[in-house]
Amino acid sequence: MDGGLLYLAAAIMMGLGAVGAAIGVGVLGSKYLEGSGRQPELMPMLRTQMFIVVGLVDAVPMISVALGLYVMFAVAG
Amino acid sequence: MAGGAEQTSSEYIRHHLQHLTYGRLEDGTWGFAQTPEQIEQMGFWAVHVDSLAMAVFLGGIFFVIFRLAAQKASSEVPGRWQNFIEMVVEFVDENVKSTFSANNRLIAPLALTIFVWVFLMNLMDLVPIDFLPYTFQLLGVSHFKIVPTTDPNVTMGMAISVFILILYYSIKIKGFGGFFGELAFQPFPKALLPANLALEGVTLLTKPVSLGLRLFGNLYAGEIIFILIALLPWWIQFSLSVPWALFHILIIVLQAMIFMILTVIYLAQAHEHH
Repeated sequence: MDGGLLYLAAAIMMGLGAVGAAIGVGVLGSKYLEGSGRQPELMPMLRTQMFIVVGLVDAVPMISVALGLYVMFAVAG
Repeated sequence: MAGGAEQTSSEYIRHHLQHLTYGRLEDGTWGFAQTPEQIEQMGFWAVHVDSLAMAVFLGGIFFVIFRLAAQKASSEVPGRWQNFIEMVVEFVDENVKSTFSANNRLIAPLALTIFVWVFLMNLMDLVPIDFLPYTFQLLGVSHFKIVPTTDPNVTMGMAISVFILILYYSIKIKGFGGFFGELAFQPFPKALLPANLALEGVTLLTKPVSLGLRLFGNLYAGEIIFILIALLPWWIQFSLSVPWALFHILIIVLQAMIFMILTVIYLAQAHEHH
C-alpha cells in the first residue's frame, strides 16, 4: 500500500475525531455553566453527570487517535 | 528500550503490542508464539496468557483487599484504609441507588466488582512501559502486556457478560412475550413490525459493542501514546510522560466509572415494565 495515503488517512482520522469531540465538549461545558449559574445548588449533581457524558464523548476521538497513531507508526513506519 | 539498540521504532511498537499467546504451533505442538505470523496461524484457539494472568491477579488483589477491610471493619473511629474502602463502596452504592429502582441483590455487588476491577486493570497503564515486560524478559518470557484492558478480548468479554445479564433479566422480568413486544411494537405502530425489530435490534446489539470498544479504545490510545513517548531519548521522556500520566489518571477512573454506570443503566432498563 502507498505509504503517503496511510499518513493522510491517519491525519483525517485524528482531525475529524478532534473536531467532533471539541464541538461536543464545548456544548456540554457551556450548558453545564449555564445550568449551574441558574441553579448553583444543583452543581455537584450536574458535575458528575457532566463528567459521565464527557467520558462518553471523549471515547470516540480517543479511539480514532489510537488507530491513527497505530496506522502512522506501526503500519506505515 | 527493552530489546537492544538495533530495533527500529515500528519494531519496538509491534513488540509492545504483541501478547504472550499460547496456542497450537505450526508443527502440531502446543506452545508460546514468538512472531506475529505464528499468532496469525494459530487462528481461533489462541489464548492471551498475559491478559488472563494479570486480570485474574488483579481480581484476586481486589478480593483480598476488600475482604480484609470488611473483616477488620469496626464501629470505632475507622482507620484510613477502612475509610477509603467505605468511600468506594458508598460511591458505588449511591450511583446504583440513584439509577436502579427495582429490587435485585446482584446489581450493587456487580457494580462494585466491575468498578474496582476495571479500575485496577486500567491502573496498570501507569506502570512504566518497559518495567514489567523487561523484568519478564530477563526471566525468559518474550512478550508481556501488563494492561489487560488494552486487550479487546478482555473488554469485549466483560461487555458480553453484561449483555447476557441484560438478556437474562429482560426475559425473567418481562417474560419472553414482553421482551419481544418491547423489541417489536416500539417506536412505530404494530403494522411496521419489521422496521421496529430492525431499529430496536440494532439498539440492543450496540450496547455491548459500544461498552467494550469504548473501554478498549481509551486504554489502547493511552498505551500507544506511552509507547510513543518511550521512543524519545531518555532525558526528555519525563516532560511528556508525566503530563500524559496525570491526564490519564482522569481517564482511568472515568472509564471505570462509565463502564459501571452504563452496566447499571442497561440492567435498570432490563428491569423496567412498560
